[in-house]
Amino acid sequence: MEIKELKIVEEAKKPLSMNPKKFALWLFMVSVMMLFGAWTSAYLVKRADAGWAEIVLPERFLINTIIIVASSISLIIAYRAAKKDNLSRVKTGLILTFVLGVAFVAGQILGYGDLIRLNEYFTGGAVSHSFIYVLTGVHGLHMISGIIFLGLVLADAFRYRIHSKNMLRLEMCSTYWHFLGGLWLYLFVFLKLYP
Amino acid sequence: MATTHISTQTDLHADSHGHEHEHHEGNFWTNYIFSQDHKVIAKQFLLTGMFWAVIGGILSVIFRLQLGFPNMNLEWLKPVLGGWITPEGKLDPEFYLALVTMHGTIMVFFVLTAGLSGTFSNFLIPLQIGARDMASGFMNMLSYWFFFLSSVVMFISLFISTGPAAGGWVIYPPLSALPQAIQGSGLGMTLWLVSMALFIVSTLLGGINYITTIINMRTRGMSFSRLPLTVWAFFFTAIIGLLSFPVLFAAALLLIFDRSFGTSFYLSDIYIGGEALPNTGGSAILFQHLFWFLGHPEVYIVLLPGLGITSEIIATNSRKPIFGYKAMVGSMLFIAILSFVVWAHHMFVTGMNPFLGTIFMLLTLIIAVPSAVKIFNYVTTLWKGNIRFTPAMLFSIGLVSLFLTGGITGIFLGNAAIDIQLHDTYFVVAHFHLVMGAASFFGMLAGVYHWFPKMFGRMMDDKLGYIHFWLTFIGVNLVFFPMHYIGIAGFPRRYYAFTNFETFSGFSDLNALVSVAAIVTMAAQFIFVFNFFYSMFRGRLAPANPWRSTTLEWTTPRFPKHGNWPGEIPAVYRWPYDYSKPGAKEDYIPQTVPFSETPESNLPHENDLIKLEGNGNAPIVVEGKH
Repeated sequence: MEIKELKIVEEAKKPLSMNPKKFALWLFMVSVMMLFGAWTSAYLVKRADAGWAEIVLPERFLINTIIIVASSISLIIAYRAAKKDNLSRVKTGLILTFVLGVAFVAGQILGYGDLIRLNEYFTGGAVSHSFIYVLTGVHGLHMISGIIFLGLVLADAFRYRIHSKNMLRLEMCSTYWHFLGGLWLYLFVFLKLYP
Repeated sequence: MATTHISTQTDLHADSHGHEHEHHEGNFWTNYIFSQDHKVIAKQFLLTGMFWAVIGGILSVIFRLQLGFPNMNLEWLKPVLGGWITPEGKLDPEFYLALVTMHGTIMVFFVLTAGLSGTFSNFLIPLQIGARDMASGFMNMLSYWFFFLSSVVMFISLFISTGPAAGGWVIYPPLSALPQAIQGSGLGMTLWLVSMALFIVSTLLGGINYITTIINMRTRGMSFSRLPLTVWAFFFTAIIGLLSFPVLFAAALLLIFDRSFGTSFYLSDIYIGGEALPNTGGSAILFQHLFWFLGHPEVYIVLLPGLGITSEIIATNSRKPIFGYKAMVGSMLFIAILSFVVWAHHMFVTGMNPFLGTIFMLLTLIIAVPSAVKIFNYVTTLWKGNIRFTPAMLFSIGLVSLFLTGGITGIFLGNAAIDIQLHDTYFVVAHFHLVMGAASFFGMLAGVYHWFPKMFGRMMDDKLGYIHFWLTFIGVNLVFFPMHYIGIAGFPRRYYAFTNFETFSGFSDLNALVSVAAIVTMAAQFIFVFNFFYSMFRGRLAPANPWRSTTLEWTTPRFPKHGNWPGEIPAVYRWPYDYSKPGAKEDYIPQTVPFSETPESNLPHENDLIKLEGNGNAPIVVEGKH
């Protein structure tokens, strides 16, 4: 027993690690990127074929883009406020982000009406038109998941569970939200550059 | 700052585990059905995979009866297949296509992806890296239940009146997109797509968990250079899956829109019965690009776990360190990267630009380099080892042999010019069944034989294992070797019969031989199934470390509870391949033994690693030096 107590053993170093939940979120975002990467690549391949009908994006998509950028800014404000424990500003920031998020999705749905007025249909028309619906539709579904996530964080904020010592959920929510915003910017610029 | 951040989180983590420890005595439902324990989930994947393997095998025996004995009266199958046996006692030709399709789908996805990765990634990752469980037990459970749902949908599709999907496991449109084309493209295809969508969700949930766990949950001392090769293999497999399965989802969703909503992503200028379909502007080739961007990496998703398992088993049973540990990791990484840039070698004859074909051919042939590195490393590990021929070892060596046989034909097929002759012939069937089908299946069997004592606390019967191995090994070679000749002669795959014209009946004797071998091989698998279930309840109780192995899973109790180790998680001080180290007392040193306890066998650089606890700058204290 005594010998065991005196035993000198080299140190087993703790390997580098980060929060598993955050890490899993990043991996999820990678898989979403692959999904859209596949579609935009398919779009480019298809576009190189003969008989491609060029697309016209409704003006409203630009307004929606501004809305989603604004929502990211208000989320950053909420995030900074949470770090400084300014809880009332956290709530205001999150509510603003939530409203802007819903406004974006509503704007996208109105955008479909504009597309139809532009004679661009999901089915029965040109492949290029179908692509707009697929890209924006699946992005919209992800936005809805982001809004649900944001709603949960907002509920936490009202129970005073979001503050400088408990940032994990807000951090993850922000990461996802900015990712979705960035994804939309990518899709918007992509569709503008390659009509 | 960053350091404090990390340590807070690890503490939180340790707390949550302490919490779990208090109440893991659940009831039957929480322990065996909706369990979040990675070991139980692994067994669920294994049993479901075995169920599917039997179904997939039986389907192949049915179509082999048709190919080997085209004049046989199959009236006796009527009780099972009903209307799919024609009044003349023949197999319905459309059902033949459905059988081939379902055999492929089941074996590739349900057995060798979910059954192999799902079982061994789940079981071995936490045990071998020293974690109490996966990063998220709940996500892990969801992963299994999505797979289960997907299995139920696919199973139901076998029994509907129009039959399951019949467009080949690659489901190329327009055949798969138009219900008018064949019966199997109706409801069966819809169910196939639904099932695969669920399957992709399951794979992604599992894959995210595997990667997160391997990177973030390793025990103290478990650096990347000390990971067993199994874990490296599961790591690369999960990354490949994470990057490629979303692309399959993208392809499948567009196909769903084409089938059910009237879009034309893949459809253009099609006439059925003289009537033009309204779809214009689509491209069937587009689907092939998207599909094979998953499809080719999928080959390695299937194969890499088998290669990882084999590395571990061959080193353990040769009582030698694996030859070229870093080369093994490097070659797997290289294979994983290359797997994403070779997909168009499946499409050489689609009218692709020949210059593009040349590039894909070059990239494809480069895969031979890391593959050869692996084979040489296996052989050099075996070289002059104290080899113990356990059933697991036999299956591992079998894997190496099949990987070589099947890999060499890959060099022919990867060649754009030779592919014109060989494309879609039985040569392709022989190639991929050996290199990916049989090799991965051997890896799976080797893994079950090797880790059965850890899974169920009992040993499997060796003698039955030997009989199983020899029947399977000889059987598999008898099935697939003759197919090379049939393929070189130009016989296309997926054809219902070759006997309509006397000219093409030349290989009927060889086809009959293949069918007999297939039936014997299939029958031999029931020896394994019997051994598996018998040993689970009646097998000899397993010793703590039956194979005298170095890795962490053998430091757990015989029947590990949820949480794996009763006390503290052991720390790791060395790599997992210290077998037959010169000077050591035993022929293996477990990873948990510090270098300071083995001065007799330490190498100079290992002596340098010995440092006084808590003071990194203190002089090295080694026996004999002071």
